[in-house]
Amino acid sequence: MEILVCERRVPDTSENEIELNAAGNDIERDELVYSVNEPDNYAVEEALQIRDRVGGNVTVVTVGGEDDEEILRRELAMGANQAVLISDESFFDSDGRGIATILKDFVRKGHYDLILTGVQADDGAAQVGGMLAAMLDYPFASLVNSIEVEDGKLKVSREIEGGNRELNEIDLPCVLSIQTGINEPRYVGMRGIRQVASVPIPILGASELSTDHVMVGVAAARVKRIDYFIPASGKGAEILHGSREENADKVLELMAAKGGLK
Amino acid sequence: MVGTYSPSQITDWLIPGRNLFLTIHVLGVACFVYIVTKRLVPLTRAERDLRFDQPLRRLGRVFKFWLGQWKHPRYKLAGTIHILIFAGFILLAARAFSTLIVGVSENFVMPGLSGRFGHIYDVVTDYAATVVFLCMVVAAIRRLVFKPARYAVPARSGKSHTADAVFLLGLIAVLMVADSLFAASNAAHHVQQGEPVETLAFLSMPWMFKVLLARMTLTTLWVANVTAYLVHELTFYFLLCYRPFGIQFHVETSLFSIYFAKLERGTLKPVRWGVSDEHLDQVKSFGVKKFEDFTWKHMLDFYSCADCGRCADDCPANAAGRPLSPRFITIKARDYAFRHYPVFGNPDNSKPLIGNIYSEDEIWSCTTCGACEEECPLLVEYIDKIVDLRRGMIDDGNVPQSLQKPLKALESRGNPYGKMERKRADWSKPGEIEGCDVKIADAKSGTDILLFVDSITSYDDRMQSIARSTARILSHVGSDFAILGAAEKDSGHEVRRFGEEMLFQSLRDHNTDAINASGARRIVTADPHAYNALKHDYKNIPPVEHISQVIAKEVKAGNIQFKPAQGDAKVYAYHDPCYLGRHNQIYADPRSVLDAVPGLKRVEMKRSRDRSFCCGGGGLMLFYEPKEEQRMGVLRVRMAAEAGANVIVTACPFCMANIEDAIKVAGMEGKMSAIDLTELVDQTLVRKECTEELETVTVGG
Repeated sequence: MEILVCERRVPDTSENEIELNAAGNDIERDELVYSVNEPDNYAVEEALQIRDRVGGNVTVVTVGGEDDEEILRRELAMGANQAVLISDESFFDSDGRGIATILKDFVRKGHYDLILTGVQADDGAAQVGGMLAAMLDYPFASLVNSIEVEDGKLKVSREIEGGNRELNEIDLPCVLSIQTGINEPRYVGMRGIRQVASVPIPILGASELSTDHVMVGVAAARVKRIDYFIPASGKGAEILHGSREENADKVLELMAAKGGLK
Repeated sequence: MVGTYSPSQITDWLIPGRNLFLTIHVLGVACFVYIVTKRLVPLTRAERDLRFDQPLRRLGRVFKFWLGQWKHPRYKLAGTIHILIFAGFILLAARAFSTLIVGVSENFVMPGLSGRFGHIYDVVTDYAATVVFLCMVVAAIRRLVFKPARYAVPARSGKSHTADAVFLLGLIAVLMVADSLFAASNAAHHVQQGEPVETLAFLSMPWMFKVLLARMTLTTLWVANVTAYLVHELTFYFLLCYRPFGIQFHVETSLFSIYFAKLERGTLKPVRWGVSDEHLDQVKSFGVKKFEDFTWKHMLDFYSCADCGRCADDCPANAAGRPLSPRFITIKARDYAFRHYPVFGNPDNSKPLIGNIYSEDEIWSCTTCGACEEECPLLVEYIDKIVDLRRGMIDDGNVPQSLQKPLKALESRGNPYGKMERKRADWSKPGEIEGCDVKIADAKSGTDILLFVDSITSYDDRMQSIARSTARILSHVGSDFAILGAAEKDSGHEVRRFGEEMLFQSLRDHNTDAINASGARRIVTADPHAYNALKHDYKNIPPVEHISQVIAKEVKAGNIQFKPAQGDAKVYAYHDPCYLGRHNQIYADPRSVLDAVPGLKRVEMKRSRDRSFCCGGGGLMLFYEPKEEQRMGVLRVRMAAEAGANVIVTACPFCMANIEDAIKVAGMEGKMSAIDLTELVDQTLVRKECTEELETVTVGG
């Protein structure tokens, strides 16, 4: 099976203290460290496991700049067969629809049975997967937390309200957005990354993808960020001041009262 | 011939059996050589291990640990029994050899064992055989009646080993009886013939048999003599050839295991012996994934294990109910070797060890505290094997999710918490520490001491108190010291011991450059893990000391004086951190500091010094979520209470984290507290400005 995983490099929320910049229009980016968006990493692991079960290839792709190559290399070290960086000045500051358009053009250049994305990016809006499926006219399932491969189709289960699951059949080719927890992603150490240091990662731009300029870039964006702010802290938090035992009892009582315990 | 004894005098009896005996000899030796050769096959396919250096030092250790049985008395009864059996075997070796040869050459006398010395030797070995026999009886009774817990085999690890153990004891007992009966029947025969009789040692087993046989007919004596001989010979060769199938193989292999044993404490084996760090990229696979990835010495360890269970008995992970027992790390590998390298037939294809004989949890459960290695009479190594197995899992990406985040954070931020580099020195910000300014090292101004803080002490709110106390102590004794601040990264001690060698090397290289750029002449740290890393894992940096060593020296020199501790109803127990104590042998300094506090009441826990019980492990172990029945720290806190202490003094930030947690988990808040040695010193030392005050108190008191 030919599998494509679309991924994105984001500031790692567990390793950064996210603060607003002085202008208040973005976060402070000077000392940020980045990593692959967590759900995307689960998507890559799932793709690798499917490939190892049924054969095929896993390609990872991201839309970004040269800094984004580091996550592609990490996924190559994880075991992806090839990686592609899509980068073009005209793509900068595209909105979700723009990114989906670029990815659609990339998908049309190749031949993929299954396209995976993370359920959403830490700094994103969970929209690219769905739009990409629509543009390709592929079936789409979101919040997928298990995949079984059958002949020409998949059985996927999805997380729905209250931790319940539903099971769906979906025809190939299709697009799935992957929920964290679907698997246990393998560890990639420094050694693994060093071993793929010299693997070439092709860079494709607008001309290679024949992307329509009208659809991408900052000019085409129909959703624009206008502000960044920290919401005023609201009321509703209750702090317990009793002893450990008292607090434990109180928490149980509150949880039962709010319907959290059955 | 009067007064001298030669076993050949009466061995005419054996002459008719000579061909049979010769056949048994040849077959026995041939079988043994064949079996041992087969056992050596995996060692020839193993990884390299450079253990041929320092022959004199190694020989010295053979005298101490093999001939001297140094570790055995740590378990008094079993140790004494073993020393007696070992001494008996050493003494009886020449006698057994003579007896075997006599069957084919009736006039044989072992060179050096004729005349008066031979006579003394006979008397001594009569007793030796008797003692060995009695030891077999006592050992069998222990195994069958008293059943010490450490011999038990947990259900997950297979069937009980008792039957095999008792069978082996029985075989040795039979050997001793046959040997004694052979000597006794000869002597009884001489008595009846009126020939000069060799003296059998009074009350020894041969002597008693002689008394029993005294009135037997010659024919009976002949039958007894030949039967004893045949039984002795058959048992001897059966035992010789059976030993390589189980725990008694250590009789042959222990000498080599101990000669080639690891010499340096606190160190780790390289990823590959003989491959420098620069060339590691060319190594295709890291660590131990299949049996043949072990080094030949580690395989030899598997053969040498005597299944005594001391390692597991002292293992804190085993005590806490984690799925790890060092004993079965060895036993399972040995059984694997026996299965896959059979004596009859060809070796079969290698299978991955993880998921086959070892579980992932088992290998991650080890805190590398070293209790098992400290206890093992045969110097079997465990930490290097555990780390090699982890290297293999890391290489395959097989790492628990709980460890992946801190590893990734160490890679990008240089600390496992993912905190900003620039906040590393926040504990020492101006105004944070009363009466002490901590400078950040820079090449221009230089510094005498570099205080290496390491991650937990830099970032953890609770442990920052250790950093501040350390700084105040150094400041009090007038040291010129500085920290690296944002330029310091994690020492990588646990990164390395969790098998992530390349990440460790990158942290080490970064710190090495930063340390050398600081121009410091020596390094001091309050973290035993950092201490061990800087001392053993780093090269070409200034000498490193743990703060307890510095304090002990300053106390001795009179630069630190303490306020008296009388009347506070506190009873202190010092908990030896594994990487200060066992791995670096620093036991006396922290205790001498505590004992220098006038009136401080200190007790020792039953498990202290080299038998200290790990609190739960440091570094990445704090992130790992083990499967366990209870926390090691809780067990440790209870040990302190048992010793009558109400304050546990540690000298390690990880011990502090584990023990303080454990006090809460055990519900002992208010009854037990923990304090770091630096905090205690910082609180108790007489500050310069109040020296006069104390003098008044002392004079007044």
